[in-house]
Amino acid sequence: MTEKATLLTVYRLLPQTNCGECGEVNCMTFASSLLERKKTVKDCPPLVKDVKYRVQAVKLAEHIAPPVREVVLGTGDRVVKIGGKQVMYRHDLTYHNPTAIAVDVSDRLGDQEIVDRVNRAERFQFAHIGEVLRLDAIAVRAASGDPQRFAQVASLVAKATSLPLVLCSLDPGALRLAVEQKGVYERRPMLYAATDENWKDVAALAKQYSCPVVAFSPNDLAGLKALAKTLKTMGNEEIVLDPGFWTSGKLLKSSIENLEMLRRSAIHRGDKDLAYPIIAVPAVAWIGESTEPTTSAYKESYLASLLLTRFADMVIMHSLDFWALLPVVTLRQGIYTDPRKPVAVETGLKAFGNPNESSPVLLTTNFALTYYTVANDVEAAGVTCHLLVLNTEGLAVESSLAGGQFNAAGVRDLVKSTDVESKTKHRKLVIPGMAARLKGEIEDLTKWEVVVGPRDSSEIKGYLDKYWSAKVQ
Amino acid sequence: MVEHKRDDLTKALLELAEKLGQIELENVEVAVEELTFHLQPAIAAATRGRAALLPPVEKVPDTLLEAEFSKPEEVYAGQVAEVVLGATRAEGGTRSTEVRIGGAKVPPFYSFEGMNPNRPAVAMDVFDMPLTLPKMVRQHYEDVMDDPAAWAKKSAREFNADVISFNLISTDPGLKNTTPEDAAELVRDVLKAVDLPVIVGGSGNKQKDPIVLEKAAEVAHGERILLNSVSTDTDYKRVVNAALKHGHSVVAFTPMDINNQKKLNRLLLDVGLPRDRLVIDPTTGALGYGIEYSVSLLERIRLAALKGDPELQMPILSAASNAWGAREAWMKSEELGPREYRGPLWESVTALTMLMSGADLFMVSHPATVRVLKNVSDGLFGVGETDQNIENWITAIE
Repeated sequence: MTEKATLLTVYRLLPQTNCGECGEVNCMTFASSLLERKKTVKDCPPLVKDVKYRVQAVKLAEHIAPPVREVVLGTGDRVVKIGGKQVMYRHDLTYHNPTAIAVDVSDRLGDQEIVDRVNRAERFQFAHIGEVLRLDAIAVRAASGDPQRFAQVASLVAKATSLPLVLCSLDPGALRLAVEQKGVYERRPMLYAATDENWKDVAALAKQYSCPVVAFSPNDLAGLKALAKTLKTMGNEEIVLDPGFWTSGKLLKSSIENLEMLRRSAIHRGDKDLAYPIIAVPAVAWIGESTEPTTSAYKESYLASLLLTRFADMVIMHSLDFWALLPVVTLRQGIYTDPRKPVAVETGLKAFGNPNESSPVLLTTNFALTYYTVANDVEAAGVTCHLLVLNTEGLAVESSLAGGQFNAAGVRDLVKSTDVESKTKHRKLVIPGMAARLKGEIEDLTKWEVVVGPRDSSEIKGYLDKYWSAKVQ
Repeated sequence: MVEHKRDDLTKALLELAEKLGQIELENVEVAVEELTFHLQPAIAAATRGRAALLPPVEKVPDTLLEAEFSKPEEVYAGQVAEVVLGATRAEGGTRSTEVRIGGAKVPPFYSFEGMNPNRPAVAMDVFDMPLTLPKMVRQHYEDVMDDPAAWAKKSAREFNADVISFNLISTDPGLKNTTPEDAAELVRDVLKAVDLPVIVGGSGNKQKDPIVLEKAAEVAHGERILLNSVSTDTDYKRVVNAALKHGHSVVAFTPMDINNQKKLNRLLLDVGLPRDRLVIDPTTGALGYGIEYSVSLLERIRLAALKGDPELQMPILSAASNAWGAREAWMKSEELGPREYRGPLWESVTALTMLMSGADLFMVSHPATVRVLKNVSDGLFGVGETDQNIENWITAIE
């Protein structure tokens, strides 16, 4: 196991000249940025340019490489990176590289159905908290048993989408035929999968075309490790691990344990042979058990979510139902936000309903959770209002009051910059109940009358119904 | 056209070479330039679309290499306290069963290190007056919303709840302002209607809740109910005293802050509440609306408990029904798909995410979430055979 990277061990491998070319104050702060993965080795110009630092640069890159290797899927604009994980728990740092979600396509479908399905996957999008959530890859399944058809479909899918491809077959001949299609090998498709039977051929194929390759060893971690070690020896670097996933009973327990043991072996034990991204297939919810598509989609969705909480760096799903994919992409977005950064939304003036000049004016913070809770409550209750969003540097009401980011001068500037006075004929501002103590100060600075609103945004509707119309009269 | 394509490919492979240059760092002497050179034949080969002109792989072993795997087990100094909900006749109550929660010795479902003793318990929400609920929830209780006892009975019999979570929301001065005495009678009714353990919740009014819970504690004497909840800014002493006098347990609620949770727990232990009578609710954020804060909060709390922090060694309650606050759960929208599936799924995913982060007891609203939690925890506890053949999933899925 390599020495754990610390500020000092990283600093030792830097030029220590404090030249500032990287934009940091000195080499020590650059070391800190490297550790937090805000900068990479390449951001230090001397290390890159100066020959005398060459060995040092290489050592440094190795020293700070995350315990779980990063694997790159696809080429071009829609490249997807998986793995690159540094920690077991997101509170230890943050999770890098959100779980990639692939949707499967069977080669038993007709050409038109295939293109339609691929298009649906590519078009899937959902805007949430200032981000557009999407799907990441297409997994082509050799379900027909006919290698020619599989190759044809691989080629068809490659033409139809710019998303990264996964070619799924345990038959090395079928994989080779598909990979070698024009338009397919250029995309560096991920090969799924090498097993204890086909490993020789699949490893050679992956090496030949520089494709990432999955090692598949269901419920056998020693076998999985042997497989990964062998693939590596044969010259493959971009390896992904599939320890198998079962949806219920005893083997669900084993499935989850296997994921935990893999990740802990890589991160806590420094086991290089298992330091690869993990792929899991919640699509197995569609095998056997239930034939009712809604039930399978429901099950697949919550199991995919379960896998997201247990280190899956990539999942393959079957359902393309929006309602079933929505919780998965939403959970992924949440888990992969950086817990070190408070999440902030845009500041300014927002309109709910069609507010006019006598509609209430409310005030909240730009902490995403506060803002969306307020927005949600206001929308759910059908409240028509203007909402002023104050820049509290992404802090909630209580903490920003304590920390001083929520202050009267900020409110005055916000009233000015949003020109809310031209949109209302009254001069009454409803502030959060918790901010009551700022009432006087805000009144002095804005010349508005400040009304102390409820402490919880769920009470906004009731509060306005009771007091607002009376106030405005 | 052909030329253009080749250029793209060449570029892609050169980028690849550059990337490998960064990656192959164990071999210090292999630098980017050499790798690029190395790959030239490959580029030529690839542009022809066939054949392997790459240097042969270094070693092709005859058989798979050997590898040993040992479980990466860790040792834990602490354990979560076990709390019992409900008292049977033998214990001085009238419940038919008791439900044990907590007692964790290893992180949630790290079963290779040991089995945690208790399955998660699922409580279903019952309210003391009809209220606005999302359609997908309401439709299951339409016939019982005027009658909390019938509502509780239905949740127990038809929906398989382990525990009933009875919420006295009508005591809110802004709603019906039901008196603590009248509310306590409703608690009596519910305890008569079902023989499951019961959680009794207030309305969220910080002044009135302690009085309401005190009265509830009185009429439930000996039943070992769970009083939900106290916080730093309520009269927690009053609730603790009632719990001690009548043999109940208490929920300590804090809004998303591990230090405040510790502080409240310490206050409660200091006024004499035994460790095995305390359940904590550090807040469950809805999926899409802060669930990640809850994930990290629960994980930190549980790890601290296992490391031996006595102020955090309590079972965790998760109000997964908070999921219904998310508009993605209840909103009618063609684009988002049928809310009849989307709504319960939103609650199910919220609950499972909390389960995996360390929650021991759940409050849920939809019957589907009860089924999901039970089904998944069956599996996670190793109950039931698996007859699925996943090795051939590539061909087995339709």
